[in-house]
Amino acid sequence: MLFDAGTWSLITDVLAAVFILAGAFLTFAAGIGALRFPSLLARMHAVTKPQVLGLILLLIGLSLRVRSWSAVAMLALVVAFQLLTAPVGAHLVSRAGFRTGKVDESELQPNQMEPDDDEHTA
Amino acid sequence: MVVVVIVAVTLVVTAAVLALIRIEKGPSMLDRALGLDLLTASLVGAIAIEAAWVRRTETIPILVALSLVGFVGSVALSRFAAREPEGEGRVRSPEEVAAQARASDVMRTEHGHGGTAAAEAPDEQDEQDGGRTSGRGWRS
Repeated sequence: MLFDAGTWSLITDVLAAVFILAGAFLTFAAGIGALRFPSLLARMHAVTKPQVLGLILLLIGLSLRVRSWSAVAMLALVVAFQLLTAPVGAHLVSRAGFRTGKVDESELQPNQMEPDDDEHTA
Repeated sequence: MVVVVIVAVTLVVTAAVLALIRIEKGPSMLDRALGLDLLTASLVGAIAIEAAWVRRTETIPILVALSLVGFVGSVALSRFAAREPEGEGRVRSPEEVAAQARASDVMRTEHGHGGTAAAEAPDEQDEQDGGRTSGRGWRS
């Protein structure tokens, strides 16, 4: 063993603290972005940070702290579900934004939702 | 660890408060859906930080449930509530309700199908949002 048990515990706790702080900072940054960004799609870009990367960082920190394989398995399940559901929600919100005219289409270069482009809007 | 938890919880709670402000400001239902997403994310973060603090695993199933159903709100909003008819955001007076009923009756007799034109009308763009962006030159 390179270190004794107490030193390993300290190392994992410090790593967990770093991961938790990083995840919490991403959540905070998303809050700032959701409040200050000017358009719907820009706000959506900010809000997706804590949903995926922030969640992964926080759960890595949590699993370094609890150190049990059953907990790690459930946390991996949480990440998998979030990776499945977050894109679905963001896609539906942005599509509803397009269809109700809340997105400034002159900002989009290129605009793949062009009305005369049947391939992308079908 | 105590300092780390205090700092992390402060960051997450600040994010939740900012999400609440965005929910209150709108301007559209979709922005409120985004605010709800952020509120769910910060709730998951707060539960994770608390579980990390006291080293317990009983609250982890809450995270599983939240990650499964957290998107239902924004999906339901974007599927069914994104199209806000004109004047839907406030309580109408009885005179306005009667006037709209008369108008839809007239439309039904004229076109043979009632009430769809009003529902198809796109939402008015928010003046507050446009003014803010043009003032800061974000889109230039």
